Amino acid sequence: MVTVLDHDSELRRRAWDAAASVVDPEIPVLTIADLGVLRDVVLDGDQVEVAITPTYSGCPAMNMIALEIEVALERAGFREPKVRTVLSPAWTTDWMSEEGRRKLHAYGIAPPQSSRSRRALFGEQAVTCPQCGSGNTEVLSEFGSTSCKALWRCKTCREPFDYFKCH
Amino acid sequence: MPAANIQVSETPLVLYALRRADDALILGHRLSEWCGHAPMMEEDMALSNIALDLIGQARELYSYAAKAEGKDNDEDKLAYLRDVRQYRNLLLVEQPNGDFAQTLVRQFFYSAFADLYWRAMMTSRDATLAAIAAKSEKESAYHLRHASEWIIRLGDGTDESHQRAQAAIDHLWPFTGEMFAVDEGERALIHAGFAVDPGTLRGCWLTTLSDVVSEATLTLPQNDWMQQGGRAGRHSEHLGHLLSELQSMQRTFPGQTW
Repeated sequence: MVTVLDHDSELRRRAWDAAASVVDPEIPVLTIADLGVLRDVVLDGDQVEVAITPTYSGCPAMNMIALEIEVALERAGFREPKVRTVLSPAWTTDWMSEEGRRKLHAYGIAPPQSSRSRRALFGEQAVTCPQCGSGNTEVLSEFGSTSCKALWRCKTCREPFDYFKCH
Repeated sequence: MPAANIQVSETPLVLYALRRADDALILGHRLSEWCGHAPMMEEDMALSNIALDLIGQARELYSYAAKAEGKDNDEDKLAYLRDVRQYRNLLLVEQPNGDFAQTLVRQFFYSAFADLYWRAMMTSRDATLAAIAAKSEKESAYHLRHASEWIIRLGDGTDESHQRAQAAIDHLWPFTGEMFAVDEGERALIHAGFAVDPGTLRGCWLTTLSDVVSEATLTLPQNDWMQQGGRAGRHSEHLGHLLSELQSMQRTFPGQTW
């Protein structure tokens, strides 16, 4: 009995690791585990089902991510893996891992502030420039190159940069 | 042979979901018309991003409607194979983009409502509707902030931007009453705890509007006469033109996929 449990948890860990290795096609330094998009991996015998949640309702990367998860799992030896999209609870930037925030910053994208409350969504934002570290920044556009980003500019080094929106 | 219209069994729940899905799809499509044409690149991206959020919400709601109906319709058939009279969106969202002020006022009126409405819907007894609401609420709050900032900038800007923003408010105002109306079928869903009564949100909605509009040095019209019909499938001439573009591929090549 103990052996079976160990076998299952080992199998689940392998499935999780395979799914977790998939990167966001728009921000390839982040894995879907870093982003908090990967929600669950369930094993039923040898059948794997992975649950993912969209960052934004219309995020066009979701189809691509689902496809890549299937490929990653098949490579890891799982047959006919299934990917399910869950909406609840709704994704929040608070699910982004510390590792994910660090990688984003190193990539030149300012990581999201903690959302905590609706107040944060409407209140003053203090975003640090990922290039020079200055806090003297301003928003150029509330919407950026993807659903999850806004466009900012550093008033110290004059460089524009992406900010991962707080959500 | 062009694809024929599908038939939809409109139970109150299916109709409820279709109405919200149609609102999101049609407004999303209208905003997508700005792609490549907005007055500046940042706004081009903003309007396209908002369009994407709305079309994402529409997909969830159509899928829900298809499941609630339990026939062989799906999100694509519901979007592409219903004709004008089968569409149930608000008249507000199908109104043409007009100038930039008109697009932003339309967005402001709708987002101020959607933000309140989806937040209230998060307590729906239906788990899927509550989940869609939680997702849509966050997005609507962001859309509202964007639109509000523009209303203030346009109203409190130059004489011309002020005049255009005021003209847009006056023109679109009669289409706002429909957001708060419910019919008998929807009333039953409200009593059962599946939906919320939008009429109870009008006070809050007016407060949001008044705050922004007065900061923008603009005024809300005093007239109470409101145009209705979209929820029952009676649309302005604009929707047919919009659908002819939105549906042309599926109508010409039925079942075509990427």
